[in-house]
Amino acid sequence: MKLPSLRDVATEARLLLIGIPVFLWTMIPIYHMFLFAISPKEDAFSGKLWPDHPTLHNFEIVFKQQHYFLRDFYVQFWNSTVIAVSVGVLTLFIATAAAFSISRLKVPGGRAVLNLALFTYFIPAAFLAVPMYRTMGNYGLLNNHWSLILAMVTIASPYAIWVLKQASDKLPVELDEAAVMDGATTLQIFRLVYLPLMMPSLVAIGTYAVLLAWNEYLYAFLLLSNDRDITLPVALGNFLAADDSPWELLMTTGFIYALPPAAVYYAFRRYMVGGLTAGAVKS
Amino acid sequence: MAITLSGDQAIPGPPLSSRLTPAQVWGIILLAPYLLVFLAFVVYPVGYGLWLARAPSNYVALYNDPIFARAAVNTLIFLVIGINIKMLIALFLSGFFAQQRTWIKWLSVIFILPWAVPSIPTILSVRFMLNPEWGMINHYIFSLTGDDGPNWLNDPTVALTMAIAVHIWKSLPFWTLILITGRLAISHDLFEAAEVDGASWWQKFRFITWPSMQTLYVTCTLLSMIWTLGDFNSVYLLTGGGPADLTHVLATLGIRYLRLDQLSLAMASIVCAMPFVLPLVYFMMKRLSR
Repeated sequence: MKLPSLRDVATEARLLLIGIPVFLWTMIPIYHMFLFAISPKEDAFSGKLWPDHPTLHNFEIVFKQQHYFLRDFYVQFWNSTVIAVSVGVLTLFIATAAAFSISRLKVPGGRAVLNLALFTYFIPAAFLAVPMYRTMGNYGLLNNHWSLILAMVTIASPYAIWVLKQASDKLPVELDEAAVMDGATTLQIFRLVYLPLMMPSLVAIGTYAVLLAWNEYLYAFLLLSNDRDITLPVALGNFLAADDSPWELLMTTGFIYALPPAAVYYAFRRYMVGGLTAGAVKS
Repeated sequence: MAITLSGDQAIPGPPLSSRLTPAQVWGIILLAPYLLVFLAFVVYPVGYGLWLARAPSNYVALYNDPIFARAAVNTLIFLVIGINIKMLIALFLSGFFAQQRTWIKWLSVIFILPWAVPSIPTILSVRFMLNPEWGMINHYIFSLTGDDGPNWLNDPTVALTMAIAVHIWKSLPFWTLILITGRLAISHDLFEAAEVDGASWWQKFRFITWPSMQTLYVTCTLLSMIWTLGDFNSVYLLTGGGPADLTHVLATLGIRYLRLDQLSLAMASIVCAMPFVLPLVYFMMKRLSR
């Protein structure tokens, strides 16, 4: 048996010296949130690393909507879900059609549209938010879920089109030609040849759009304001309106809100990383 | 390339159909939904916003508003110092995560968490940790030293530093991941050859890693700078722009004007950022649309 050399031990120690701070840095804010979620109010404010009496009571309060700030919890959860799924579906529809048109049908001016989309992708979302807010007012869509859905589709589509266009450029052109020989119409090529081959990219882009919409705070808080119309992140922000905010309930709701996107992310990580190499996902 | 359509889908009228193949007609139809979204929610808002910001008096008002000057400086600090620190750490950590160890693989799965979870609850969690009376950090400072900790978010410099830290916490995993893919793309033979020649750690980085990664690194840095201009959450949810509106950045300042019903000022503040944003965007488009 060979004992590890001194050099190996030193290397391992140096790696640990990096790894441990990285672990702590990553986990502390998340652990702090979790700690609040399982702590009664007195423990939460005492600065302990583990509560004396860990409890699920906070979750019970949230799920039974037993607090002023939580009275519309289920409605808001539902709003978040509907909006995220709608953004995912609409973005997929718009971006797939556009990518097929630009990449496979070589529509005149397609290159210019792609450049416009790329340009939109690089404009910081917070800058577009100001005129977007006013525009939605002009369209009479403020406080309507469509305003948030359409705004998020606008933000998600450019990256979606770009990634899907890159992916569809890689499909061999002979496939389309063979289908045309067999007498397939354009729509049949789209449905029967193009969509099945693009599936992995479509999963990645759908996930991207759903997560983007679920996580969005700024646009949601500008465009929606009625308690029964807002999404969960806006409701979380509203907790801060009071001086004596129930922080343990805020963190519990935040924890529940953070679980679905984290689960989706890890479930689709394989696809997401594939999408990543095609470019850069907006953080 | 001609794609035949069934008869009922053919477009009538000679001028259009004589110039366009049926496939191109379908191309236009399929492109239309995005064009509509683009016209209604990008072109119209931007044009309308620029029209609102046309009066020179807006820029005089901005020039005379000390909060605007402060926000511009804060934004520069955020971008020039914050982003470069973040990218240097990401470059360093990409080397760490490229090591072949089981525990490092597991750590990399955990390391992605800040990017995978929404920013609102985690930023609020940090906000409470920094609470001077009840927060965990000052609690430990007190029990270790017996002194009261600083009033973190009440000092503009510390508060802005914390906002930058929150931003780094959130987006570091993403950039590290991108740089890891860059590192893994480097041929392993080069490192083995360098090993044989007895190259030091620094020489390997300086002569192999950096030359193959510098384009990616610069692209990532510029991209991160553009996007960080739009980072509203890190500042707004942590400090709310306070104390005394001293920690605003351009992203939160625009929203502040909007909330005060000064839409033309909000647009003007964004227009002021354009001379910096547009060259960066142009440069990025050149790089990416090759």
